[in-house]
Amino acid sequence: MNEQRTPVIRLKGITKRFGNKVLANDNISMDVLDGEVLALLGENGSGKTTLLNMLSGIYYPDSGEIYVRGRHVSIKSPHDAYALGICMIHQHFKLVDVFTATENVVLGLKEKGGFDLKAAAKRIRDICEEYGFDVDPDQKVYDMTVSQKQTLEIVKALYRGAEILILDEPTAVLTPQETEKLFSVIRNMQAAGKTIIIITHKLQEVLAISDRVAILRKGEYIATVKTSEATVASLTEMMVGKKVELNIDRPEVKDRSLRLKVSGLSCKNADNIEVLKNVSFEAYSGEILGIAGISGCGQKELLEAIAGLQHVEPGAEITYTHPSGETETLIGKSPKQIRKMGVSLSFVPEDRLGMGLVGGMGMVDNMLLKDYNRGSSPLTDKKPSKELAERIRDELGVVTPSISTPVRTLSGGNVQKVLVGRELASAPTVLMTAYAVRGLDINTSYVIYDLLNEQKQKGVAVIFVGEELDVLLALSDRILVLCGGHISGVLDARTATKEQVGYLMTNLPDAKEGGDADDSQEK
Amino acid sequence: MTVRKSDREPFIHLTKRAPISTLAGLLIRAGAFVVAVLFCAIIVWIMIGVDPLTFLKTMFTGSLGIQRLGNASDFNSFWRIFTSSYFWTTVKTGCKLLLLAVALAPAFKMKFWNIGAEGQFLAGAISAAYIMFNYPNLQPYILLPLMLGVSLISGAIWGIIPALFKAKWGTNETLFTLMMNYIVMKVVDFFFNKWRGPKSALGIINGDSEAGWIRSIWKGGEAAWYKNEDLIFIITVIIIAVLMYYYLRLTKHGYEIAVVGDSQNTAKYAGISVKKVIIRSMALSGALCGLCGFLCVTSQSHTVNSNLASGYGFTAIIVAWLSKFNTFTMIGVSMLIVALENGSALMSNTYNDLGYSIAFGKIIVGVMLLFVIGCEFFINYKVVFRSRKAQKEAVEA
Repeated sequence: MNEQRTPVIRLKGITKRFGNKVLANDNISMDVLDGEVLALLGENGSGKTTLLNMLSGIYYPDSGEIYVRGRHVSIKSPHDAYALGICMIHQHFKLVDVFTATENVVLGLKEKGGFDLKAAAKRIRDICEEYGFDVDPDQKVYDMTVSQKQTLEIVKALYRGAEILILDEPTAVLTPQETEKLFSVIRNMQAAGKTIIIITHKLQEVLAISDRVAILRKGEYIATVKTSEATVASLTEMMVGKKVELNIDRPEVKDRSLRLKVSGLSCKNADNIEVLKNVSFEAYSGEILGIAGISGCGQKELLEAIAGLQHVEPGAEITYTHPSGETETLIGKSPKQIRKMGVSLSFVPEDRLGMGLVGGMGMVDNMLLKDYNRGSSPLTDKKPSKELAERIRDELGVVTPSISTPVRTLSGGNVQKVLVGRELASAPTVLMTAYAVRGLDINTSYVIYDLLNEQKQKGVAVIFVGEELDVLLALSDRILVLCGGHISGVLDARTATKEQVGYLMTNLPDAKEGGDADDSQEK
Repeated sequence: MTVRKSDREPFIHLTKRAPISTLAGLLIRAGAFVVAVLFCAIIVWIMIGVDPLTFLKTMFTGSLGIQRLGNASDFNSFWRIFTSSYFWTTVKTGCKLLLLAVALAPAFKMKFWNIGAEGQFLAGAISAAYIMFNYPNLQPYILLPLMLGVSLISGAIWGIIPALFKAKWGTNETLFTLMMNYIVMKVVDFFFNKWRGPKSALGIINGDSEAGWIRSIWKGGEAAWYKNEDLIFIITVIIIAVLMYYYLRLTKHGYEIAVVGDSQNTAKYAGISVKKVIIRSMALSGALCGLCGFLCVTSQSHTVNSNLASGYGFTAIIVAWLSKFNTFTMIGVSMLIVALENGSALMSNTYNDLGYSIAFGKIIVGVMLLFVIGCEFFINYKVVFRSRKAQKEAVEA
């Protein structure tokens, strides 16, 4: 029946750049058919959200044309998008906490005179009845669960007469039951003639809900396939692409001994959503443990929990084994206490300037960050930091006007060199890095890989959270795959294939088959 | 498609400028000041009828002139004339503003917007006055340290309360510190009324015995040039400004303040206890405001009222921002502000009957400050006008 449908949205040669380097969308041309559920699939940074942000008026394309119902349109603001019946439900809800559902729905509508809240509430009830939503118009938003807030966002869109709804990773924050409920709502909306575009990483959900799947990879449009003709394997292959040989060194593991043991680790984020679920694994000295996963699957919380920066749910255990054989528990300790116990833990966080470094300070002062407190003098001792800053600048080739120039003004690659340099200088026994090469050019990336390998050969337990599967497969010794806060598998990076990792990243553990087999192989 | 009005490039838009050199920045600021003075001179000429030359001369005399103040024919030495000149008044009043601005520095550097300097100042002042009023018979070497200690502590407490709430429950420090001001103002009013009794005003406290005055330290001894309450005040404030500069730059505490101010997440990552730093720095900020209150009561006014800070607790915020929290720069900025105020005050003394009232004087000072602050904007941003060409293109598109 898809053949009979006409395109409701047609994109022609859409291109969007951010700065000079990042090509987020490269000449994308595709159609969205009237009344279909289209899933948009792609890895991190493949340009899905950017593309849809241009449809909803948040970004404006650098070049290319958008046609809605055959008419060439220019969508300059979310208001223009509304006028065309396009509405996007963002991952982060845009609701006012202290307002009721009704107040949130009418907010921003340009009606003459005062709002008739009673009439609005009635229309909301009608919409709920029609599509099977469960929203109380008088409930305050702060009293709502995440799922209710999401439903409210959808109601808000329908109230404004949306014909085309865009859902950005709607299931990321939902439980399986809530997901099921969302899917039935999507089906109801489809039955009522709405067109729905949904971004998701979970292949099972793609297969369950969509009519067609469009795949993006690294900003390029790959293909659109009918869901009925797709399989998990075919979608994974299109999503991750062919394996690329990178020629990254991978020295053999020597003197492998247990350094860090994590068991039963669960964490909740600021919104009280469980982002890590009963995670257990071990990290060994002299080995690089890669961590793969779609972004936001608990990688950040995992590293921060080990570093003593994240509140963990009771029942978890994190045990550190000194090279001498003594063990210490790290749970409930602050970063300072961990340092005092003689545990040399280095951590290169994802947010370099917001967590790892002080953006307004120069290299010298940033070198001081972790041991400014050394010595009993009330004054800071900047001499060693100055020497260290000069050493890092020379050895890693940091390009900076001077070692006291605020690091905020340096380029991304140089900022990362400063941070990695400092973390390696403290002679760690455990080194955790999150997206260590994100935004770096090829040469700088290889400098970082070499540094990590050097640490591995020194007997450091390296934990490498990465996003490029080719890099993870080439650099790591083992790969731990996270999916939605669960460990969906641990693979031997020397034998694993890209498809295996891609499959585990997008499939919940209860749906895995391959994962178990690989897990047992590894043991 | 037709172009709607909103689709066109706006007529004026602002772009951020690349950092300019220190010298160029200094020249732009000096230029802005000169323009401000000339602009105001012309306004005064048109509205009041005082010619620009007289205006400039009077402004200078009132702010930096070393002519003696009032009827001081009995003065015989240069020092005594100097310490009663307009210049001296500007310096000692400027120091009051300076100390409050310096007190704000650690809090502001931490991005804790302490709007409560006025209240912390009064908390220190009223505690000192309380001891002074109730225990005038104590020996000076007991009374003054006691007053000092009580002032420091009460100023610190007034600073710690909002800090505690911020650290524990994340309350908004701007509102909190602001409202704490009004509480202490009413406390001061209460004691003011209680102590004055049936009199129309409180007047000077311990006017006869001079108990609790700085000068009670050398009372009865021989006169000497350094036995001057104002001098002690000025020297203390300058020392504190210098010490604060080095405290913020060289000490571990100063480092922690800078990290917390830049990013609380980075501070936690480094193992810094953010709560502890917030509370400690606000205690310091409040204590220094309290110290300023103590010094004003014991050396400048010898009395207390709810307007003792003359609004400098708020003016200090402007000083702190204009100086980018650099306490050396604060010395210049606070002197400049007070100099303008004093110059304008002499203008209104002299030409009040022509219409240069106190209120008019305040407007003139305000206009000058607007120029000085406004030029900061042009140092950071460039104004770009829509070019005709771009406009044409927009219409054609």
